[in-house]
Amino acid sequence: MINFQYLRTTTAKSALALLSKDKNSKFLAGGTNLIDLMKRGVTAPEKLVDINHVPLKQIEQIGDKIVIGALASNTAVAENAIIKEKLPLLAMALNAGASAQLRNVATVGGNMMQRTRCGYFYDTEMPCNKRQPGSGCGALGGFNRMHAIFGTSDKCIAVHPSDMCVALIALDTIVVLASVKGERKISFKDFHRLAGDTPQLDNNLKADEMIIRLEISVNNLAKNSYYLKVRDRASYAFALVSVAAGMEISNNKITAIRLAMGGVAHKPWRLTASEDFLKGKEPSIENFKQAAKLAMTGAKGFGENDFKLQMAPNSIIEALTVAKSKA
Amino acid sequence: MQSSDQESNHGDSRRDFLKKSSLITAIALTPSVAVKAAENQADERFAELFEKIPLNLTVNNKNYKSAVEPRVTLLDYLREELHLTGTKKGCDHGQCGACTVHVDGERVNSCLSLAVMNEGKKITTIEGLANGEELHPMQAAFIKHDGFQCGYCTPGQIMSAVACVNEGHTNSRAEISEYMSGNICRCGAYPNIVDAIVEVSKGGIKA
Repeated sequence: MINFQYLRTTTAKSALALLSKDKNSKFLAGGTNLIDLMKRGVTAPEKLVDINHVPLKQIEQIGDKIVIGALASNTAVAENAIIKEKLPLLAMALNAGASAQLRNVATVGGNMMQRTRCGYFYDTEMPCNKRQPGSGCGALGGFNRMHAIFGTSDKCIAVHPSDMCVALIALDTIVVLASVKGERKISFKDFHRLAGDTPQLDNNLKADEMIIRLEISVNNLAKNSYYLKVRDRASYAFALVSVAAGMEISNNKITAIRLAMGGVAHKPWRLTASEDFLKGKEPSIENFKQAAKLAMTGAKGFGENDFKLQMAPNSIIEALTVAKSKA
Repeated sequence: MQSSDQESNHGDSRRDFLKKSSLITAIALTPSVAVKAAENQADERFAELFEKIPLNLTVNNKNYKSAVEPRVTLLDYLREELHLTGTKKGCDHGQCGACTVHVDGERVNSCLSLAVMNEGKKITTIEGLANGEELHPMQAAFIKHDGFQCGYCTPGQIMSAVACVNEGHTNSRAEISEYMSGNICRCGAYPNIVDAIVEVSKGGIKA
């Protein structure tokens, strides 16, 4: 690992000031992704600002909002009584990701900021437009079994690897960002980006900003929620396809529904067309099949990942079926 | 930036060279004016980069005060500086769990944590589990159930297993397997490892 300057701070204000002083500096939270990338030479910041002592670890309900600090660990969120009771979808998604050791240190903000696990991005000998803009995409026509089927570009077909983020986009989460100028709020669906012509940008966080906290409105989806993760081994592997499903069912009608997929796009993929179709309908297998079909509009395989074109709709049907049967 | 860093990856980095050359110049030319000129050649920040950071850690109930480069991982610090080689380096990328230690009672991958991030914390490694000659119940259970073959992953497995019991994730064999999935065993001793954990958790011994 190339050495770097290490600074520690205890306030968000000083962290932001330290960051803005140096263009090639980064925040260090849990470090489980960043330190790995630095070891592999994928990234080489000259300065790390350790923000682990900034007090942003709260997990609490304020009125009808659940507030989660950016530095709360994945374990702290997944094991929290409020989260388990009111947002089980988030707890399930968190527990489906990584290992107990990683979840103990990985933070909510860091999880959002993690980079793709595309092999071409990690291998500095390979072309990758995300790592080195203009160098090409090795995955197009290469080993692309894990790659995207939605919203791809001819520059990049990498996927966002997070499970947590799939649940967060389904839960209509609000992200609170801060800079030296103040705070701003954005919708979770606007946080991550599609690759387009700028695959080097994973998200819309500005260079002088940090994630402060998440706000999630309390909902009635808890009873019929399910996070399905399909992967190559039973645990501790990234998703081939994952589905976050939450429904509110009343008198055998779907009165509210949230659906999102992971492992299929450069960002967590919300299935709004399927949601619109299911709303007000019976939670029947026929309707689930129709919703899954709608979700696949515009999907495109790249060879090795063609199987996802079938696995994705099947996973949507399965996730909805399990979510429904939980009542 | 990135490509020049990579090119200088072998041996001395560009930053090393800049610092060393300015130092050598400073030593060779004694007049203070010359020293000042040499110092000014290097960016101030480069000098700062090589400052070791003071580090105060408690490892297995023993306090250690030292100074380390920021890039030293907790794993390398334990093994190379403190010579506590019980903690193993497997993949060095957080994929195998061989480096698992407890930080303030929680299991973490020491390969993905910088030593300096752990300032003031209490670390427990495999060397700190036994009470003198008396094995920790989990160590004894691993021996009883033959929970290893080559033994390389074992320190990490045992540290993770102790945490798994403390966390209460031992309600079924399936739950144990799920919460032990961060520890890979290439010999495939998994069923016996689960047996060991079941025994300790059922024995009511606070592992």
